[in-house]
Amino acid sequence: MRIFIIDDSRTMRNIQKSVLAKLGYTDIEEAGDGQDALSKIDAFEPDLILLDWNMPIMDGITFAKKYRAQGRTVPIIMVTTEAEKHRIIEAIKAGVNNYVVKPFTPELLSAKVNETMARAEKAA
Amino acid sequence: MDVQYINPFIESVRSVFETMIQMDVTLGKPFVTEAMPRYDISGIIGMSGDVVGSVVLSFPAPVAEIVIGKLVGGECPTTSPDFADALGELANMISGAAKAKFAGKKVSISTPSVVVGPGHTIARPTGTICISLPCSLYCGEFSIDIAIGEEARQAKAVA
Repeated sequence: MRIFIIDDSRTMRNIQKSVLAKLGYTDIEEAGDGQDALSKIDAFEPDLILLDWNMPIMDGITFAKKYRAQGRTVPIIMVTTEAEKHRIIEAIKAGVNNYVVKPFTPELLSAKVNETMARAEKAA
Repeated sequence: MDVQYINPFIESVRSVFETMIQMDVTLGKPFVTEAMPRYDISGIIGMSGDVVGSVVLSFPAPVAEIVIGKLVGGECPTTSPDFADALGELANMISGAAKAKFAGKKVSISTPSVVVGPGHTIARPTGTICISLPCSLYCGEFSIDIAIGEEARQAKAVA
């Protein structure tokens, strides 16, 4: 499975990569903001996207809206500090499929990845 | 500054350190200060919306290197390119988790800035006071300096 991590923090990308490696997922591409992600995503063709909210140049919500506007259905998990209910609703409206609030345990992120992929397989 | 804006930081700093770094934080009594920040290394987050101002995560360098080393899973001196990134992410998580607990307030946070260097100062926003929250770890102390206020009060202060 190919996973695309979009987060402006290299530290956070590395933490997420470490969790994914323990799940056996090592085919990973990275981007530091939404615009960078849009330029890389067609070449990588991910099966899952982990997306930060607050990033410079293009934030996660804008990325999600633009990506969904292209008709893409790849599942997106928002991984963010934005924990308020109205933010979660905004993310879902933008096309996000699941949500992880930072700080998170490795177990929580693993569970959300597995849950999201199971839902996607069921819908396919 | 209303205590409703301090308690969320007490909860968030404990939660972030316990979850992401596996370190226990002991909190001291908050106090008003004119000097911001307290130590030589600062992770700074701006807040805007219903609550405006800035939050500074302030460390002495030796303590910061231990904390950031634990977060990134290896040695990370202040001169490493990864140091500022990791400290910024730590400030981002603490401020983000805190502002989610500001009851009924819609607040946005900035991407973090990091300053490394002894003796630097950070100006607090006009109309705010700074509350310093002392924090202790097994390896030393750090602080969270909180200079925020409600947006309407800011407008009155300017008028």
